[in-house]
Formats: sequence, C-alpha cells, structure tokens
Amino acid sequence: VFCPQQEERRVRANDREYNEKFQYASNCIMTSKYNIVTFLPVNLFEQFQEVANTYFLFLLILQLIPQISSLSWFTTIVPLALVLSITAVKDATDDYFRHKSDNQVNNRQSQVLIRGSLQNEKWMNVRVGDIIKLENNQFVAADLLLLSSSEPHGLCYIETAELDGESNMKVRQSVSVTSALGDPNNLALFDGEVVCEPPNNKLDRFCGTLYWRDKKYTLTNQNMLLRGCVLRNTEACYGLVIFAGPDTKLMQNSGRTKFKRTSIDRLMNTLVLWIFGFLVCMGVILAVGNAVWEREVGSLFQSYLPWDPPVDNFLFSAFLSFWSYVIILNTVVPISLYVSVEVIRLGHSYFINWDQQMFCSQCNTPAEARTTTLNEELGQVEYIFSDKTGTLTQNIMSFNKCSINGKTYVKMYFQRLDFTPFNPLADPNFCFYDDTLLESVKVGDTHTHKFFRLLSLCHTVMSEEKSEGELFYKAQSPDEGALVTAARNFGFVFRSRTPGTITTTEMGRPVTYTLLAILDFNNIRKRMSVIVRNPEGRICLYCKGADTVLLERLHPCNQELMNITSDHLNEYAADGLRTLALAYRDLSEDEWEAWSESHRCADKAASCREDRLAAAYEQIEQDMMLLGATAIEDKLQEGVPETIAVLSLANIKIWVLTGDKQETAVNIGYSCKMLTDDMTEVFIISGHTVQSVRQELGSVCLSLNGTGGGGKQLQCPPPSPPPPPSNLMDNISGEFALVINGHSLAHALEADMETEFVSTACACKAVICCRVTPLQKAQVVELIKKHKKAVTLAIGDGANDVSMIKSAHIGVGISGQEGIQAVLASDYSFSQFRFLQRLLLVHGRWSYLRMCRFLCYFFYKNFAFTMVHFWFGFFCGFSAQTVYDQYFITLYNIVYTSLPVLAMGIFDQDVPDQRSLEYPKLYEPGQLNLLFNKREFFICIAQGIYTSVVLFFVPCAVLSNATQSTGVPLADYQTFAVTTATTLVIVVSVQIALDTGFWTVINHVFVWGSLGLYFTIMFALHSQTLFKIFPNQFHFVGSAQSTLLQPVVWLTIALATAICIVPVLAFRFLKVDLKPQLSDTVRKHTR
Amino acid sequence: MVKEEQELANRPDNTAFTQQRLPAWQPMLSAGIVIPGFVLIGLAFIGIGVALFVTSRSIQVLEFDYTGVDQNSPCFKCSDPKVLNCVCNLNFSIDSLFKGTVFFYYGLSNYYQNFRKYGVSKDDVQLSGDLTNFKTPSDTCSPYAYDSNNQPIVPCGSIANSMFNDAFKLYQIINGTNTLVPFDGKGIAWWTDYNIKYRNPSITPLKNAFNNTVKPIFWSKPAYELDTSDPANNGFINQNFLVWMRRAALPNFRKLYGRINEGDYAQGLPAGNYSLEIAYNYPVLSFDGRKKVVFSNVSWMGGKNEFLGIAYLVIGSMCVFMSIVMLIVYAKFKFPEEDGVPGH
Repeated sequence: VFCPQQEERRVRANDREYNEKFQYASNCIMTSKYNIVTFLPVNLFEQFQEVANTYFLFLLILQLIPQISSLSWFTTIVPLALVLSITAVKDATDDYFRHKSDNQVNNRQSQVLIRGSLQNEKWMNVRVGDIIKLENNQFVAADLLLLSSSEPHGLCYIETAELDGESNMKVRQSVSVTSALGDPNNLALFDGEVVCEPPNNKLDRFCGTLYWRDKKYTLTNQNMLLRGCVLRNTEACYGLVIFAGPDTKLMQNSGRTKFKRTSIDRLMNTLVLWIFGFLVCMGVILAVGNAVWEREVGSLFQSYLPWDPPVDNFLFSAFLSFWSYVIILNTVVPISLYVSVEVIRLGHSYFINWDQQMFCSQCNTPAEARTTTLNEELGQVEYIFSDKTGTLTQNIMSFNKCSINGKTYVKMYFQRLDFTPFNPLADPNFCFYDDTLLESVKVGDTHTHKFFRLLSLCHTVMSEEKSEGELFYKAQSPDEGALVTAARNFGFVFRSRTPGTITTTEMGRPVTYTLLAILDFNNIRKRMSVIVRNPEGRICLYCKGADTVLLERLHPCNQELMNITSDHLNEYAADGLRTLALAYRDLSEDEWEAWSESHRCADKAASCREDRLAAAYEQIEQDMMLLGATAIEDKLQEGVPETIAVLSLANIKIWVLTGDKQETAVNIGYSCKMLTDDMTEVFIISGHTVQSVRQELGSVCLSLNGTGGGGKQLQCPPPSPPPPPSNLMDNISGEFALVINGHSLAHALEADMETEFVSTACACKAVICCRVTPLQKAQVVELIKKHKKAVTLAIGDGANDVSMIKSAHIGVGISGQEGIQAVLASDYSFSQFRFLQRLLLVHGRWSYLRMCRFLCYFFYKNFAFTMVHFWFGFFCGFSAQTVYDQYFITLYNIVYTSLPVLAMGIFDQDVPDQRSLEYPKLYEPGQLNLLFNKREFFICIAQGIYTSVVLFFVPCAVLSNATQSTGVPLADYQTFAVTTATTLVIVVSVQIALDTGFWTVINHVFVWGSLGLYFTIMFALHSQTLFKIFPNQFHFVGSAQSTLLQPVVWLTIALATAICIVPVLAFRFLKVDLKPQLSDTVRKHTR
Repeated sequence: MVKEEQELANRPDNTAFTQQRLPAWQPMLSAGIVIPGFVLIGLAFIGIGVALFVTSRSIQVLEFDYTGVDQNSPCFKCSDPKVLNCVCNLNFSIDSLFKGTVFFYYGLSNYYQNFRKYGVSKDDVQLSGDLTNFKTPSDTCSPYAYDSNNQPIVPCGSIANSMFNDAFKLYQIINGTNTLVPFDGKGIAWWTDYNIKYRNPSITPLKNAFNNTVKPIFWSKPAYELDTSDPANNGFINQNFLVWMRRAALPNFRKLYGRINEGDYAQGLPAGNYSLEIAYNYPVLSFDGRKKVVFSNVSWMGGKNEFLGIAYLVIGSMCVFMSIVMLIVYAKFKFPEEDGVPGH
C-alpha cells in the first residue's frame, strides 16, 4: 500500500515481494531533465516562463491579427526562434552530459545476493532490501546498512570525499549480531527487518531499529555506508540496501542552490519594466494621435482610403492603432538583450578559467568560475568576509612550541633536531628546534611523557602502515595530524587503531590501550577527550581543547600551573599560533562504571540525544589535571599582506571572521597588514552580556567621534533606545580597527543593537571577528547585506564557511587542504588568496566595465532604431507604418548590430591588467555604481532618442524636395526607408567604434564585417532574382541601387552622422579634459 | 615526469587570446587628434555647404497651386466636384530663359500615400503580370479587390484606384498663337519598376488578359487603354501609373509628370508667356488637399535643395567653433599638469 506521507520506512532483507508493497524508489537515478520526446515541449514550456519570451509570444499572436499586424510575423519569430534555439541548444548540451553521467552511474556493476548466490547486476537494478557485496575501492551503490565485513569486529573503512569533501578515512561498524553472519550462505537466510526514518538529507544522522529473531538492535549512522563513499582498506563487506536512488542521502543533498542574481540583473529587470511602461505611453500617445487624425483627416480621406470593415469610427481605429504601435515599437524591449548578456558573461567566465596568473602550479589547479552569471558583480565588491585558516593561511600546520608543566619550549637554536638516532619511526619532515624537550623525554620526565602520550592517544587520526615503520596519518584536520606527528617524533608513536583499541609504540615499547570512549569534538564543546585503559588496567581520561573551555574544567589545585600556562598561551597566541591546552584525569573503576552507565542511557535516548550526550561528556570532563599547552603554526599564504593592502587601497573593506581565539586573530591581523601600528586605535569588544557589549560599542563610537572634529557626527546613542539608522561617517579621521569576540557578536547581532554595530564596524578600516561559529559568519554577512547597499564577497575554504559563502553576493572557495565543500558551494574557486586581487581588480573590473558599456550601447541602439517610427507616426497619419523595410527590422538586432557590441562586451579593456593592479583606485567606479545606473540609462536613452530625431528629420528635410539627377523625386517611401536605415547602421557603427576602447582583430572583423554584411544583405534582398521568385515578399526591388547611387543620399547620410556623432565626440573630449577619470589618466600615460 | 604532464593538462593555454593580450589598437580622444579633426571636418563641411548652396541657388523652380480654393484663381470653377470634365488654363510668364532640361511635376499636399493600409493595398503578384491574381486579387486590396458585382478589379487596391488623373498640356503663347511644348513622359519611372517589378501579362492584345475583370472604380478607362498609342507605355507599365504606384514617404509630395527636352525646348523654356491647360479631374478639396504644378531644372545634386547646403554650413561652422572652444579648454586645463599620474 502506497502511503504518500511516509513516516517510517520498513525494509525486510532478502524479501523483494514484501518491499515492493511500499513502492520504494529504485536505485536508478535521473538527474537529467528531458528525454528526446519531452525535450521540446518541456524546454519550451520552461523558456516561456521567462517574461521576455512570453512577451514576444504575445507579440507574435498580435501580429497574426490582420487588422493590427503592422509588421510581418517573421520580424518577431526570427529573433524569438534564434533566442529560443540558442537557449535550447545550451539546455540540451547540459542535459546530454547529465544523461551520460546518469547512464555511466546507473550501469556500474555491483554484486547482489539473489537466492543465495552472488550475481552481477547493474546499479539501477538494485532494489531496496537487497544484500550487496562491496569490494575494496568500490563505490557504495546505495545507502546500505553494514551487515558484515571481512575485517574483524565487522569494521570497515570508508572515504567520504564525494559526499562531504573530507578526505580522511572514517570507520563504520556493523551491529555485532550481523557481523557474525559472515559468508553469503548465511546472509541469504538473513530476514531481519529494519524500521527507520524516511529519506532525508542529514549526512551525519541515521536513526533506525533492526528487528531480527525477536530482538531489537539500535542502528545509528555508525552502521551505515552511504552512497558516494568509497570502501577503503577493507577486503569486502556486505550491506543491506535501505535507501536507493533518489532516496539516498547523496541525492537528497543535491538540491539546487539558491540562484544568485547580480545588481545589474535587478537593475536591468527594472529598466525593462520601465521600457514596457514607456512603450505603452508611446502607444497611447500615438493612438490618441490616430484618433485625432482619423477624425480630422482620415474620415475625409475615405474616398481614397476607406476604413477597413471592422473599423467604423475613429476610436476603434485608435484602439487598433495602439496595438499596431506596440508591435512596431517592441524593439525598444530588446529580445536579444538577455541572450547577449549571458553570452558575454560566459565569455568572461572563460577568461577567468583561462587565466594563467590565477593558476597555482603547486597544487595544479586553475581558477574556476563555477557560476557564470555573477562576473560583473566582481567589479563592485565593497566588503570581503574572509575566513582565516586555510584562506589567509596555508593550513599546513607545524608543531612549533609547547608548554609542559609550566616550562615553555620554544625555538632557541637554529639547529634542527635530528630524531632518527633516537627514534627509528620518526617522521623525517618534522622540524623542531629546542633540544631540551628531547632531553626531557630521554630522561623520562613523567609530565613530558604524559604530555606526548596524550597527544598519541587523544585524536581521531587513522594510520596506514604500508610497510613496517612507514606510517601515514590521515587526519580530519591538519592540527591533529601535526600533534600526532609531534608525539611520534618524540617517541610516542601512534601505530594503529581499532574501535576498541589504540596501539602505540612508547619509547620503542609497543603498548596497546583499550579505548573505552571517545568524547567527540564539536564546535560548541571545542574539545575532545578519550578514555582509555592502559595495559596495567588503570583508566585515564585525556582531554585536549581550546584553553577557554579547558581551563574552566581543571582541578582547583592547578591554579598556579594554570597561571603560568595561561601566560604561555597568551605568548603563543600573540605570535599568531594556534593553541590547545591539554589535561588528563585519572579515573577509578567505580567512577568509570557510573559514568559509563549514564553515557549509555544518553546514547540510547530517542529524543535530544545530542544534548544528553553533551551533558554526559560535561559530567566526566571535570577536575582535570593540566598538562600543558601546544602551539601550532599556520603560515600565511604567499602574497596575503600585499593582496590585503591592494584591496584596501581599492576601498574594499576586509572583515576576517575566524574561529580562532582573539590573540591569534589579532596577530594574524598584524602579520597580514590588516592591522598596523599606524592605526589610531584598535578597539576590542569582548563583553559577555548585552549591557557590557552595548557599553563597549558606545565607547568605541564616542572615541570615533572624538577624533572626528566637527561636521557630521556619528550618532552615539545612550545604551537605549535603539539608534535610528546611522548616517555614514565620512569625516572620521584616523584609522581604526575593531576586534569583536564571538560571544559579544551574538549580542551585537541582536535586533536592537545591530544598526549601532554596523555603523561602528563600518567606520573602522578593518574588522576582525574571532571565535565565531559558522552560523554567525553567515549572520554577519546578512547583516551587512541588509544595512548597506553594498556587494559582499565571502571567501573561505572549509565546511564552516559554506553558510557564509552561500549567503554573500559572491562566494569564493579556496581549494586547499580542507576538502571541497566550500568550493562546491562557491561561485568562484581558486587555490590562493592572493588571486583574489586579480579576480576583483582585473577580471571583475573589466567585466563590470564591459557589461556597463554593453548595456549603455545596447539600449542606445535600440532606442535610436525604434523611435524613428514614433516620429514618422506624426507624418503618416499614425497608421503604424514602419520606416524601414521589414527585413531590416528583423535583421537589425540579430545581424547588423549584434556582433560589434558583443565583441566590445567580451574583449574591451580600458587599461591593461597590470595597471588596474597598480592603481587600485580604478576599482572605485564599480563600487559607486557609476558606469551603469538609472542616470546613465537615461543618458543613453536620451542619446538614442536624439539620434532617432536626427535620423528621421534630416532625411525628411533633405529628401522631401530632393530629386535624382534624372529629375525623379527622392521622396518616395522606399528611398526614404533605405536612406534612414543606412544612416542608422552607419551611425550606430560609428558609435560602437567610439565606444570600443580596445580594437582587437575580432573587433575590426565584427565592426567592418557587420557594415559589409548590411550592404551585402540589402543588395541581395533588393535584387531582381529574389523578386522574381517571391514577388509578394520583396517589394524593395532595386531600391538599394537606385538610392545609394545618389550623391544627395550620401550627403544626407554624412550630414546625419555628423549631427549625431560630433556632439558626442566633443562632449567626451571635454569630459576627459575637464573632469578626467582616473582610468583616462592611466590610459593616457600607458600609451 | 608524470607530474609535469599532469600539470600541463590543467594549466590554461598560454595564448594571447586566452590571456586577453591580443594585440589591440587603443584609440584615445587626445587633443592632437580631436581638435585638428574637428577643424578638418568643419572646413570640409563648410566647403561642401558652400558648393551645395551655390549649386542650389542656380537651380530655377517655378511653382503654382492650381487647387482653386481662391475665387480668383483660374481653376476655381473646376474645384466643385460636381463639375465634370472641367478644363482650366493657368497662364504665366517667364522673364529669362528657364534652362533645360526642365522637369514638370505635379504635387499633392495633405495626401497620405504613406498610410500603412494604403501602402499595402495592392497586389504585387497581379502587377507582375500573373493571371491567376487577375481572377483572385489578394486580400490586401480590400475593399478594392472586387466590385459590387463581385468582378475582380485589375489593378486592384487603393493605390491604383486613387491614381492621379489630372492631365496637363503646356503651350507657349507666341504672338497670340499657342505652340505646344511637348512633355516627354518616358523614363520618368524607376528602371526596375518599368523593367522588373511591373509586367503586363504576355497576352496580345493586352485587352484579352483583362477579360472578366473590371477597371478600378475611380478610373475613367481600363488599364489597357492608359496609352493606346504606345504598347510599351500601356497597361501596368504605363509610366504615369508607375510613378503613382511608387508611393511617397511624406504627406506633401510631388511626382514627375514629364520632361521638356524636345525640339526648341531642349535647351529650356525661353522667356515668354505660357499657358498650362489642366484637365481638372482629381478632387482633393474634400480632405483639404492641395494640388500644384512645379517646373524645375536639376544639377548634379538633383533639384533645388537649400536645406542641405545650409545644414552643411551650420554643422561645419559649429565644428570649427567647437574646435576653438576645445582648444581654449585644453590650453586652460591641460597644459599645467601634462605629466604625472596621480598616486605615482
């Protein structure tokens, strides 16, 4: 029975008949949208959901009504078909690749246990309830419940890189009863039933129960192998398919991300709406004109031109005329605009992908524009939110300093320690400089030994020993790897682990600890612990974690040591090092038993399991004895200070959001030149309560104003009520920086304080938020988006940056050490922070410039083209007579004028790339939105209308009395049409030539080619041959020849061109002279 | 080795195109180009303007409105539509030689040949001599496709129906006797219209092609009788018909009626008294239209066209003026800080 609201899922092993009742999805996945039959209707349906396309369809229908049709149907259908087919081809190609990858995945082979024997089946034929066999290095075919494995204890190892981007191995274990099943014969008889949660997208959670032989077994994520994982270090394993195909967690997670739009996009949509409004106004004006004309003139003229049958009065005629004018003026709403914009953006994206200077040869990764629709916004960024670890720093950790029992070991000698004579298992790449530490290990100092024992036991690193002594560690985070490697070199070598044991070699002596519990790390706890029983039977808890949380949980007798260690920790943090505090606690058998019971309860809890577990952990992590602290260095990436300097010169504000502690963050701030000693003041906000945060913010505000010196003042409200939206603080002298702690930030982000926080923070040159959670990162971004009309960019490399990357206007992922989750969520990715300056100042700036120039010209050319009809309306009885030949109207936008402007939109450069990096101020016009805004739009429109006036009235004035040299008057309609059209094409070509600042071969070919094409096509369309075949279609036979042979026509064209272009030229020259933009100056001096 | 190969696989191509380093010309609006450019353009325009103006001045034009609105005008008697077959004479004198070749035009005002519905009201297939469209004229001709007896009209449509049908004869009055000044009506239409676009059906006599069709309602005689004397000027390729069918772009227009290039008048119209005999058939007063006749000669640039010359002069002088303004601005603002980029 199919139940639409699946509350739980029941799966019985080896019982297809039973499982079929539920109609679970099969394991066949389909990410493709269309097939051959559905492609056309579905794709067209999708495309007509675009307003612009529907509008043109509507026009097409209007044109089929003979009383209205002022233009042949093909003038609309040709561009529409072109636009639709370009999009369709793109969609089809995308879908083809999706089909291909679907097919490839669906046809992968897997071994399925059917009626007691293993059979090869394609993935798509695997059903829910089947038992399948996986071998080493195979992809998991569906979400499986691990039943048994070739390894002891039903263990198996998986790599989840494809799922969550983490490249370390993870361990999974089967329920003990099923792990005993072992071989296929037993498994074929297995008839357990699993009841579990319905399909969902939570990768780290699974909740279910196995019923078998009248017993219940709890199932957790620890028992699951998810689709997309790869089996590693395990010969083979068997699993029961729980979720298949679209129900798997992998597929459930592949939801579409939110579609980002640029501000230019939004502006463009607004402008298109305005143009619609404008079009309707024009239509109304002309319709009124038509009514008046029909009443005053047309009705009298009926002897020569009677009204059409349905028309019996001037009002109805005006009504029809309105629609006729909507048809012929439709070209002000440019159908090809959206397609052209997409093409240009695609081009820019390719330039980003192709850029060698954003290619990192060490990691062999080029930059990648993962979204092709945001490029021009890269030229408008005002706020950058950056992660620290892995983004500003390399995320390659080295164990640098440590403090053990109150003694600090730091770099003192320049002699690198050689560990090999002491320890054959040492990692040769490890560097440490203080030999007193090694001495202390050698003499057997208890604390030192405990210290390194802790490091060798308290972690989640997996080891791989390819041959004796050749150890490789796979760590979830580089910090952990560094710590375990340090322990290894100092004689406490972690060798291997099973779920129940950890084997180490301590000072050359192999020791196996029983692993009793792992108290996991998470962002809230900020610490992890292990509880182990050593071979002698003593139980000990080892804990490492952030000093803030750990120092609170120490035994009171540690007070003195804690003070010394705290000093050391502060020292380390001031050096920009990442610090951890280490502690242990000896547990008695009773304590362990008691806690273990409460832990089990919490573990089995059905509701709020996480919270109860955390509480249980909290309970045992008390009264610990401090061992010491470690300091790990994370080196700055190459070129970070320079990049930050350049970006801040470009008036981009950089906010660092990091999970590190305040001292570390501040220090990194100094080393990457975000904070400098020249700064007037660095404010630190670290209050724990609403009141204290408010007070601190208030005092920051006061001191900002104190130096402001008159003029507009930042409003510093008393602690309450909330301030009105603050005015910008232009007049704050001196440079300030703000450092705010995560706990204070939580208060500052509350509704009543956020405006104050934003205005204060934005007045500072640099802002560092430390100890922030991933959610807070996103909140900060959202806050700026809400309060500032500024483009934000978030850059990060880890999973904790994903939310911030997704909520910023532009997300940039650094493909580095921490997996690929950030990259997958990002819009642009590359591997070095320093490429950001090139992405913004070169690519972004160019994209913005090109897009703006493109849009200005595009609107201009369409207005110049279309408005001529409006003026002509006053001379043709408002009859919706077009000025041009219908073929010209069809081809103008798609052939005669499309390519030169596309070439400009793709290739134009005002200053070379090197210059935009040298003069970061060149970036400012983008931030201020100067190159294309409503004002610029109106200027373009005005220029277009001016051009249309010239284009109509100059030929009108000249030709009305002119004759050919044979005496034949030139004022006939066709001559007029050809003259106007030719003038138009020449004027807009000259205009694009003026607008193009960077004439590559391609520009030359397109500009001259378009002009050539215009004349060629015109002569072809006006040729006798075509007329003889279709006498009804080509009325203009002979017009081109007859018109263009007349000197008067060419004099008219020259005159109109001069009248259109000369003022523009003069205006631009004077502008460059009187009010030169920086780009003009730079450009001038570049030559 | 393997690593290097891999690197090559991912490294973007180092071409001028992909790295956006294509060689390019980067024009700038520098003073050295713009100011002399403006001067040159200005001077060129002034030169052309002077030439045009002088040429235009030398062209003689003689224009008469003969609608007959004014009671004193000779054609007043004909302006009443009830008067049929009215002929009126327009007398005028020429003081000095009107240099030839002299072209004779008729002109109409407030007449909307450019109205959309009017413009499409013809059948190009029919006019290219296709007999099937003689039987069934195109819908675009409506309401002049069929007459009240449902007979197809050939040529159909509003344009043909409304063909201008005033006829003119010019006499020079020498010693009281009228000497006919002949109008040459050949070659007044476009070559392509006469030779390609409009074709008579290839049936002789032409009349037979028009069997079972009727003439346009306003026409006094059918198409095959437009010029019975000359088969090459009859039917659809009658030059006056072609001239009418080439519709005007603007509501005030003139069309060529004939040229005076024969005999004594090949060099032009000598000074003297003339009389223009007008067969006044075409009613225009109902829609407040005006009719006129124009005598004009032409130059290399066609007929009289003062606007063009003046426009060139104005634009030319403005260019020169602008160049001076720009020079002043340039000198004032640019010379002191010629060198040095801000920030460097």
